[in-house]
Amino acid sequence: MNDFYQAQRAMRKGRQAAMQRGVIAILDVGTFKTACLVLRFDEALSSTDETSNALAGQARFRVIGAATTQSRGVRFGEVDTLPETERAIRTAVQAAQKMANVRVDHVIACFAGGRPRSYGLAGKVSVEGGAVEERDVSRVLSACETPPIGDDRMVLHAQPVNFALDHRSGLSDPRGQIGNTLHVDMHMLTVDAHTVNNLIHCIHRCDLEVAGLASASYMAGTSSLVEDEQELGAACIDMGAGSTSVSIFMRKHMIYSDTVRMGGEHISSDISRGLQIPCQTAERIKTRFGGLVATGMDDRDIIELEGNTGDWEHDRRTITRAELIGVMRPRVEEILEEVRAVLDDAGFRHLPGQRIVLTGGGSQIPGLDGLAAKYLGNQIRLGRPLRIQGLPQAATGPAFSACVGLSVTAAHPQDEWWDFDVIAERAHTRSLRVALRWFKENW
Amino acid sequence: MRALNFLRRTAMAAMPDPAPSRWRYRVQRLWLTPLFRAMVRTGLPICLLGGSVLWYVADTARLEGLIDQATEVRRAVEERPEFMITLVSIDGASDELSLDIQEVLPIDLPVSQFALDLNELKQLLEELGPIQSADVRIKPGGLLTIDVIERSPAVVWRSREAVELLANDGHRVKAIASASARPDLPQVAGLGAEEHIPEALRLLRAASPLADRLVGLQRIGARRWDVVLEDDIRIMLPTENPKRALDRAMALHASQDVFNRDIVAIDYRNAERPTLRMRPAARTEWRRIKDIELMANEGGNG
Repeated sequence: MNDFYQAQRAMRKGRQAAMQRGVIAILDVGTFKTACLVLRFDEALSSTDETSNALAGQARFRVIGAATTQSRGVRFGEVDTLPETERAIRTAVQAAQKMANVRVDHVIACFAGGRPRSYGLAGKVSVEGGAVEERDVSRVLSACETPPIGDDRMVLHAQPVNFALDHRSGLSDPRGQIGNTLHVDMHMLTVDAHTVNNLIHCIHRCDLEVAGLASASYMAGTSSLVEDEQELGAACIDMGAGSTSVSIFMRKHMIYSDTVRMGGEHISSDISRGLQIPCQTAERIKTRFGGLVATGMDDRDIIELEGNTGDWEHDRRTITRAELIGVMRPRVEEILEEVRAVLDDAGFRHLPGQRIVLTGGGSQIPGLDGLAAKYLGNQIRLGRPLRIQGLPQAATGPAFSACVGLSVTAAHPQDEWWDFDVIAERAHTRSLRVALRWFKENW
Repeated sequence: MRALNFLRRTAMAAMPDPAPSRWRYRVQRLWLTPLFRAMVRTGLPICLLGGSVLWYVADTARLEGLIDQATEVRRAVEERPEFMITLVSIDGASDELSLDIQEVLPIDLPVSQFALDLNELKQLLEELGPIQSADVRIKPGGLLTIDVIERSPAVVWRSREAVELLANDGHRVKAIASASARPDLPQVAGLGAEEHIPEALRLLRAASPLADRLVGLQRIGARRWDVVLEDDIRIMLPTENPKRALDRAMALHASQDVFNRDIVAIDYRNAERPTLRMRPAARTEWRRIKDIELMANEGGNG
């Protein structure tokens, strides 16, 4: 726990160094694609007010390089075959560097897998001397009791989402306010340690330094939920290839995240198995002809299943689009059922906002919004990531919402637990100072 | 593992791996490093060029050959007929001075005009006594013209060694055999006289009323002037402001006709108290007259 805390701080230092150099890479290691963006931060723009609104923050950076390549060796958003993943990362980073014409040394990565699990933490501390200072915030964060997260688990995010001072709750920044007791609610997200270690190993093998790690579901939420959805409460469902991740936002903080380990790849493999065609053909047919709601027109829509096995009959089969929909729909329904279960577990129904945003590559299946409304309630919309400067047209689709969210977060990181000083360290130095004072007074 | 590798190899044969190899990736990153890039693109060519030049020059024989070639090219350009000077014309100088100038000029015709330093020539000529100023220029057609303005002699200077003519700024013009060769010029003599010719000329102008009797000026003790008139009559002038003293002497002459009397000198060395020095004969005569006057007065009284 503590050394992961140190590792996170080291990453923050790396991010600082990258900001000073002005160039940082964003890496999204997904199951289907590996995307790399190279961002340049302009000093002239960053000199404007730090606490301005989110849009002004986005103007601080510009995408100068972007590359996407097919992922290899990734399953369920987790690194499965290290050398293959390393090659994929290398391909993406090299192409993005070439486009940007600069060398990047620091990379912020996000991934969807690792079985993320959310914990709600609460801490309480009495405020010394009336007004709340940064020290008190650090103390109250340290006072949070860490639940047993299990072996081989790591804390990926630990964010204070709510402060309460005496009986006033819902404070986002309690500093300077006067009260007696300071409470904090913290959201902690843990993932499998080996997932993180494998990814870090891959990135290190590419001579890059990790300047931050993030959960893809969180990043997809920050980029595809609009501001009032984040404020009032909404769920973002990032339908990736290997996993479908759910993140719930409230008061501009992520308060819950979970994944369903099923995604677009499973739909493809269903098609592949059901129609006895290669995976790649299945993927192509899914993206070109796929759908979820069959109509009479679809019965007349003939899709040729070409192959080169040598068996003439086998290579010249045809199916109707209705048949394809018939293969795809049960799997999508299954995913949506699981998502519904996750949302129920999280208690999403008690939130004031019931908005659900579907994003990720899987959300591009035609008719998904209609089908999802049956399972998730009718406040459904399809989300695309917000626009950032310099992003190529090819990378503006919903499949890139995690990338875009990571870019925005790289410019404006959310306060995490490790951004505050550990109070234990403080206590140590204070005792030393007391000893010094004693020496001064008595000698 | 062997089987896996084999499978991969056959797959790769079908479609090449799009990923860059580890080394290619590193080389590309190195190439994108600004410092390295600048080094390769500018530093390396500079080093190579400098190194090859140094290597070429390191051999003295090659270096000498190079220098010879350069000097040969330079000489060929300088000695083109367009740049050669074939004629020197001297204007404004007397025949005698022209001969002197030709003797002094360090020029062997024909000479390239690049070999001439006109300013140096001009200085050389102006160092010659008789020349006040010289104008040296090159004209098209290989002509070097020297325009000379000669100094005109203002005084005759009799020194211990020789008799010379001096210009009005004290520069030596030429030597003459004796002062009688130029009776039209006033004479100046004495130690250090040649350094105060302008002052001497001012004094001579002031003494113009006595021009017909004027012999010249003599510098006494390298300090002050004596005006010498015929019959060795002297006007002894002070060191400070001799002109005023001389003016007063002239005024005295105009009113009292002093210099036609039998005197030796008027001493203005103390300008407040001019002194008249008579000849011995005049003095005895003056005493005699005084005695007669005295006796007449006594007789008158008695």
